[in-house]
Amino acid sequence: MADGMTRMDKLRLFMRYTERKDYLMLMAAFLFVVVQVYMDITIPGYMSEIVELLYTPGTVPSDILGTGGWMLLCALVSLSAALVTGFIAARVAATVAMRLREAIFRKTLSFSMEEIGRFSTASLITRSTNDITQVQLFIAVGMQVIIKAPIMAVWGVSMILGKNFEWTLVTAGAVVILVLIMSVIVFVAIPKSRLIQSLTDDVNRVTRENLTGIRVVRAYNAEGYQEEKFEDANRRLTDTNLFVSKVMSLVSPSMSFLMSGLTAAIYIVGATLIDSALPLERTALFADMVVFSNYAMLIIMAFMSLSMITIIAPRSLVAAGRIVEVIATDATIADGTETEGVPGKEGTVEFRDVSFSYPGAQEAVVSGITFTASKGDTVAIIGATGCGKSTIVNLIPRFYDVTSGSVMVDGRDVREYTQRSLRDRIGYVPQKAVLFSGTVRSNVSYGSEDATDEEVRKAVAVAQGRDFVESMEGGYDAPIAQGGSNVSGGQKQRLSIARAVCSKPEIYIFDDSFSALDYKTDLNLRRALKDEVGDATVIMVAQRIGTIRDADTILVVDDGRIVGSGRHDDLLRDCPVYREIALSQLSEEELS
Amino acid sequence: MSPPPGPMRGRRHGPSMPTEKAADFRGTIVKLVRYCRPYLPAILIAVVFAALGAVMSVIGPNFVGDLSDLISEGIPVAGHSGVIDMDAVMRISVILLSIYAASWVFNFLQGYIMATTSQRIARTMRSEISAKINRMPLRYFDRHQFGDTLSRVTNDVDSVGVALNSSIGSLVNALAMLLGCLVMMLWTNWIMAGVAIIATVFGFVLMFTIMRRSQKYFVGQQRVLGEVNGQIEEVYSGHTVVKAFNGEYGAIGQFVDANGRLYSNAWKSQFLSGMMMPLMGFVGNLGYVAVCITGSVLMVQGHADIGTIVSFMIYVRLFTSPLNLIAQANTSIQSAAAAGERVFEFLGEEEMEDESSKTAAIDEVRGKVEFDHVRFGYLPDKTIIHDLSFTAEPGSKVAVVGPTGAGKTTLVNLLMRFYDPDSGEIRIDGIPTSDMPREKVRDLFCMILQDTWIFEGTIRENIVYSEEGVTDEDVMRACDAVGLIHFVNTLPEGLDTVLDDRASISAGQRQQITIARAIIENAPLLILDEATSSVDTRTERVIQRAMDDLTVGRTSFVIAHRLSTIRNADVILVMRDGDIKEIGNHDELMARNGYYAELYNSQFEE
Repeated sequence: MADGMTRMDKLRLFMRYTERKDYLMLMAAFLFVVVQVYMDITIPGYMSEIVELLYTPGTVPSDILGTGGWMLLCALVSLSAALVTGFIAARVAATVAMRLREAIFRKTLSFSMEEIGRFSTASLITRSTNDITQVQLFIAVGMQVIIKAPIMAVWGVSMILGKNFEWTLVTAGAVVILVLIMSVIVFVAIPKSRLIQSLTDDVNRVTRENLTGIRVVRAYNAEGYQEEKFEDANRRLTDTNLFVSKVMSLVSPSMSFLMSGLTAAIYIVGATLIDSALPLERTALFADMVVFSNYAMLIIMAFMSLSMITIIAPRSLVAAGRIVEVIATDATIADGTETEGVPGKEGTVEFRDVSFSYPGAQEAVVSGITFTASKGDTVAIIGATGCGKSTIVNLIPRFYDVTSGSVMVDGRDVREYTQRSLRDRIGYVPQKAVLFSGTVRSNVSYGSEDATDEEVRKAVAVAQGRDFVESMEGGYDAPIAQGGSNVSGGQKQRLSIARAVCSKPEIYIFDDSFSALDYKTDLNLRRALKDEVGDATVIMVAQRIGTIRDADTILVVDDGRIVGSGRHDDLLRDCPVYREIALSQLSEEELS
Repeated sequence: MSPPPGPMRGRRHGPSMPTEKAADFRGTIVKLVRYCRPYLPAILIAVVFAALGAVMSVIGPNFVGDLSDLISEGIPVAGHSGVIDMDAVMRISVILLSIYAASWVFNFLQGYIMATTSQRIARTMRSEISAKINRMPLRYFDRHQFGDTLSRVTNDVDSVGVALNSSIGSLVNALAMLLGCLVMMLWTNWIMAGVAIIATVFGFVLMFTIMRRSQKYFVGQQRVLGEVNGQIEEVYSGHTVVKAFNGEYGAIGQFVDANGRLYSNAWKSQFLSGMMMPLMGFVGNLGYVAVCITGSVLMVQGHADIGTIVSFMIYVRLFTSPLNLIAQANTSIQSAAAAGERVFEFLGEEEMEDESSKTAAIDEVRGKVEFDHVRFGYLPDKTIIHDLSFTAEPGSKVAVVGPTGAGKTTLVNLLMRFYDPDSGEIRIDGIPTSDMPREKVRDLFCMILQDTWIFEGTIRENIVYSEEGVTDEDVMRACDAVGLIHFVNTLPEGLDTVLDDRASISAGQRQQITIARAIIENAPLLILDEATSSVDTRTERVIQRAMDDLTVGRTSFVIAHRLSTIRNADVILVMRDGDIKEIGNHDELMARNGYYAELYNSQFEE
């Protein structure tokens, strides 16, 4: 389980998504960084050589040209090395991101509803998108800096360390000040910036509340109340924003002051040093001074990028950890091997003393569920919200596995089938219709891609969708936007039903799929289903008595248990829970 | 209470991404300047400070050059005195440090003023948008997505704020520095200046050529990333359906394909944007060498001294950095203009008609409601209610029935004056509602909608809402009436329990709170949407009883789903495709054997 993972486990798992080739590439990148840093460090040497040359009597411009040429060559080599490093980093980052993205996508698809529920869909989406991008960016940019900055710092320090105590002291002082400025950012500005995020969310929330409740707000003449609330959130956001920007307006000038101040300080110290040195040492000392100011800048830059990394790295590490958590989670549902049911038992669904509880939960969601649906039967399940109706039907296509007992389809325990062959037998219609971007046709023939035009048309007709589909521009090839946002709720539901019809299943599962339809459509649809696919078994969850009153068996579920089972008239007489539900919807006379 | 954080929402991206452009850049900038008018003096001062700061950064190197000259005097070569004038060194050092200190002060003040100003402007903008929302007709919000308005309040205002905060300062700073560098270089040595400029310009032309060529990869990366993230969002949210129809195999195939395309775009755009920095460095070095070589040639000829060369070494670096800053500031201003355009567009939307001159009011409400030849359509050329007339006597019950999507909320919209009829009148106790200010009309109604609306706040705040002078006893009485009192009493915080996305309250409890809110308001007329939400039977009964209690003595308009409500109604309005098809009571309508009878029978037919 992902929860118990140590940081080391996570790292090890993360490493599995890198290959030897990547390491070779990284090694190469390392070498090129060394070349680059070497060149960057050599360049100030040429600079001071040029300066020395300038002071040497008898220097002709061609000498400078020679040294300058070498310096330029170094700059070119440095540029090339940097480009190669950048190329490698970009390739490795994109490769790792691609692999991780595919791995997390495949893994998520293998999850059952239980794992999905544990992470939540929204979180899984963030992990598969933003978190991956974060990691990619870190590898592409951060890794270079992580390799480069220490090399720069160590090298720079080693070059100046022996040279001169006073200058070293000045540089060290500058580094200390830099660290101080950086800690202001890390300890003052960053925590406040996090706060800004949540305050922005507040402003967003108040606005969203105002917009979603706009009719209520106006009905209660509460515009002033809302504005006051908004002003409060707005003021808190602005105050925090102000604080952070004020701190930051202090940081940036201080940085440039530090950099230019360091150069000036080295020169001023240099003047004293040279003044007190012997005339013969002075030329070398002067050249040293120019070199030193360059190395000092190099060191400052190295520390600056290192501190930037300490700001960025934690976020990327968290993102990587979140990705690994998903990849490390194993789906609780294992594939079986059978593809065929028991002969003669086609189209049957049987529950044998089934219980289900969430892992770690005290109480079972459903327990002691036993019933049989023969081929062509309609079994309806009714009960209050949260009583476990949906859970029962979700056990049939193995969205969850039973905790005890067994669910049999075609005479065989659902766990013995391969998931594919089990689900091929089932036409499932969820409570909330799901449509994918594409066309009406691609949505209806989803999962049965070889369906003919005739079959698609027929399925839509059975689902009572012919009129609206044929009036859409493009008819069966009319585009469907992501999430089906361009069709109404009732239309979505009908297309979702058509999809199930089109897959020609032995067994239909309707998880409260009719509540979004008006009574008339509901009735016509059930009639059409009976006419067209009368030999299929139907298991339906419903809320309306009207929808289920002619079912072969009605199961009344209360608190996860079956408290009544039979036909409408019998239940009305014998089952108090059923009677209560029925009376809340219909009057005595209508029921009789 | 908050939507799932999707990757497609969220803020706009970093500098390497292609920027949005405003449709009317110049117009938006003019509007923005006019909007910032109260702050213009402050901004002007900040601009002056920015320029001064830049001047300091430019003249600084000159003194470093002087310092270098003074020190080099100490080097025993021909033409040098061999002695360092330490007094002069000290004097120049003091000047140099004062310049740096002044630069620090100017830059800090500039940053401080701009930070304060831009935050205040952003705050005003947010407030104005929020207030604007309440002055706009519902028509706008029924036609625009909430997400769009939301992103204007936060993202767009943020973009404008950030641009004001950083771009103006850095743009002025960079321009001044560029200009100052140019002047100083030309003034110090025009030949070397020419060389430095040529080297730098050459480098930048090279860089921009590469960047222009790489633009298509950035665009491609954004597009394919959108595609991949869209697939992820779609497949994850439809997980059960994907699994139930064995769609994972197809989904994985599609995903691998898009992921591969993303890879190829991603590494290319990453690589190209990573080239910027090394290229900048190379341009800097190129300028350096060019300056040194030219400098040495000139020095040999006696046209320059070592100090000139040292200061040029710094000028060359100072010269390349503002070009980069200007490019960045330009990007930021472009996206701020695009964001600003959206903000101003929203602020410029049509508002509801001013009604301060309307004075009609009803003192003692009896509750007679009349619809008199009302004609209405959401779109001007698409009338849906053609000619509606009926009278609801005081205390009577009007039921609105019809299939989903038949437009039952239209009636609510008209009664509450969320929308006004195109022609005809709605009268309450004989007074046309169009003669009363909207607030007065809304004061007359309790309204309970199907979409229960709970905001983040305590239970008490949710029930009392904007009503004033409500005591805790009143609230508890209302809770009792809707059957919520047991629930409230079991909570450790009672009425002070905060309802947010962590608090799990059921659909039924949300309904109950909404009804309690209406009880507290206690208005003489009632609008009720009794949709059967998914609540358990017992709660449903409690809710229905509370709703029934509310209708007692009030003229009520009920969007009815319960047959008992429908049959007991004094007037039934049967709706279909937006219009009222039939009017009458249950028996009349059944006798007519029309659409209502068909609808009613469809529930029992077998």
